[in-house]
Amino acid sequence: MRLQAVDVKLGYGDRTIVDGLDLGIEAGTVTTIIGPNGCGKSTLLRALGRLLRPQGGEVLLDGKRIDRTPTREVAKILGVLPQAPTAPEGLTVADLVARGRHPHQTWYRQWSSDDESAVDEALTMTGLADLAERPLDELSGGQRQRAWISMALAQGTDLLLLDEPTTFLDLAHQVEVLELVRHLHGAAGRTIVMVLHDLNLAARYTDRLVAMRGGRVVAAGDPHEVLTEDLLREVFELDAKIIADPVAGTPLVIPIGTHR
Amino acid sequence: MTSTAVTPRPHGVQHRRLTVLLVLLGAVVIGVVLSITIGAKSVPPADAWHALTAPTGTENDIVIRSLRVPRTVLGVLAGLALGVAGALMQGHTRNPLADPGLLGVTQGAAFAMVASIILLGASSLLAYIWFGLAGALIASVGVFALGMVGGRGGPTPVTLALAGTAVSAFLYALTSAIVLLDEQAMDVFRFWQAGSIAARGSEVVWQVLPFILAGLVLAMVNAPGLNALALGEDVARGLGQNIALTRTVGVAAVTLLTGASVAACGSLAFVGLIVPHLVRPLSGTDHRWLLPYSGLVGAALLLLADVIGRVVAPPGELEVGVVLALLGAPFFVVLVRRRKPVRL
Repeated sequence: MRLQAVDVKLGYGDRTIVDGLDLGIEAGTVTTIIGPNGCGKSTLLRALGRLLRPQGGEVLLDGKRIDRTPTREVAKILGVLPQAPTAPEGLTVADLVARGRHPHQTWYRQWSSDDESAVDEALTMTGLADLAERPLDELSGGQRQRAWISMALAQGTDLLLLDEPTTFLDLAHQVEVLELVRHLHGAAGRTIVMVLHDLNLAARYTDRLVAMRGGRVVAAGDPHEVLTEDLLREVFELDAKIIADPVAGTPLVIPIGTHR
Repeated sequence: MTSTAVTPRPHGVQHRRLTVLLVLLGAVVIGVVLSITIGAKSVPPADAWHALTAPTGTENDIVIRSLRVPRTVLGVLAGLALGVAGALMQGHTRNPLADPGLLGVTQGAAFAMVASIILLGASSLLAYIWFGLAGALIASVGVFALGMVGGRGGPTPVTLALAGTAVSAFLYALTSAIVLLDEQAMDVFRFWQAGSIAARGSEVVWQVLPFILAGLVLAMVNAPGLNALALGEDVARGLGQNIALTRTVGVAAVTLLTGASVAACGSLAFVGLIVPHLVRPLSGTDHRWLLPYSGLVGAALLLLADVIGRVVAPPGELEVGVVLALLGAPFFVVLVRRRKPVRL
């Protein structure tokens, strides 16, 4: 297990969102957490990425308690991309990606050839080398999201947590970002954990789905096993049919609802 | 696409940044020369050099060594301090309209000065400045503590700004009450409030120097962390930055820099508001360059405004704080209208 939540209790102040949850992330897998709004999936991801300290239980990174490991050391192993991050205006793509090298820099050694090559590699991998000098705010939503992922890549970790990397993107850009995620996984066997809203895309691009409701894990496993009509009713209170995705053969959710 | 297109970047950028740094240093040097030679009594550069290197007690020597030099050095120090503090403050709050006085530092200094007069009978400039410094530090610590109440993992920019505004208003009310009741306090307060670097003497320079140097060091230590924080707290945390520590170092630096300059020169916080806006087109968003550039531009601006104040209303002088506000305000309006203020 690369990353493990053991009996964690999570919340903000007096409000508990997740209580007594266990989850393990295996090395070299792409895992997606799904669930209705407010089910605690982002909260869980934040705790896995030590952005949120558990009120109870513990999070283990490679078997060691993440809150007892210096945060800078954690940053060399695990990269986190929070939901809808914002950058100062005028920041260029190259500057943003360069800031991913932060954990490797000290105040007396601000830039090394390692930093240089990590940034170049991240830009190339995300197909942004041509846009390196462009300000972030001039890019399309999909390019911008790729730039943020590129920053997380430059951090040089083989474990990546992405909180809703496709939010606010149109379908084409969602696919673009998820293709990149899959590519990152394929290229270096990176372990990736995401939160996604689109169930069909989640099923398509994921090795392992984790379905949450009310702060609990309802089901976890292969998308074929997790994404069932019963589960959709239980987790999303949605009546739907599941058919096979004609392209990939993965489960495809067809909501019933009303129709013309 | 090969990576060769990407690689030349940092070197070219680095070169340009160093050039700008040298140009700004040159601007400060020009400001220093003007400040030493121009005034109620203009001194030719040759005489000024004579006074600095081999004084023989001529009238010019005395004017330069006892008045112009301390005044100029104080201008440089206060300009550096306020420019850097303004850039730090705007960076930490991600608010382009934040000024270094936001933490209650200015009002803390003002209150401590007038309180020291009526409660302790303080009567010398050095004493006022010590009390002003202490007041600035205490107010800032108080604001920081208030900002932490109810917050998780250190104060946020919003709670800091709210606490700062509340504490400032409260202290301002107390200061106003005191100066209305006490004439001596009123005189000191009026003089201090206008903002001036004149007639401070070299003791004042030595008094504030250690605080400003410490503040400048803390500010530069803070720069990489502030770059991470500019991407949001979660991203910064993900990059392994200790948020509470970064905020604390930043607040400490702002407090030392603003506290020292405000205690010595009065309210010149406008420098801190305007300078980072002038500098950002040159430095970009990287605080490792934004902070030093802001310091240098702050120093040059303060010296220039002070020199203008000496010559516009002969035989008298206009306080540098007044000149800064008169020149700076319209300039700021133009700046805002031409270039929309950047989102931080």
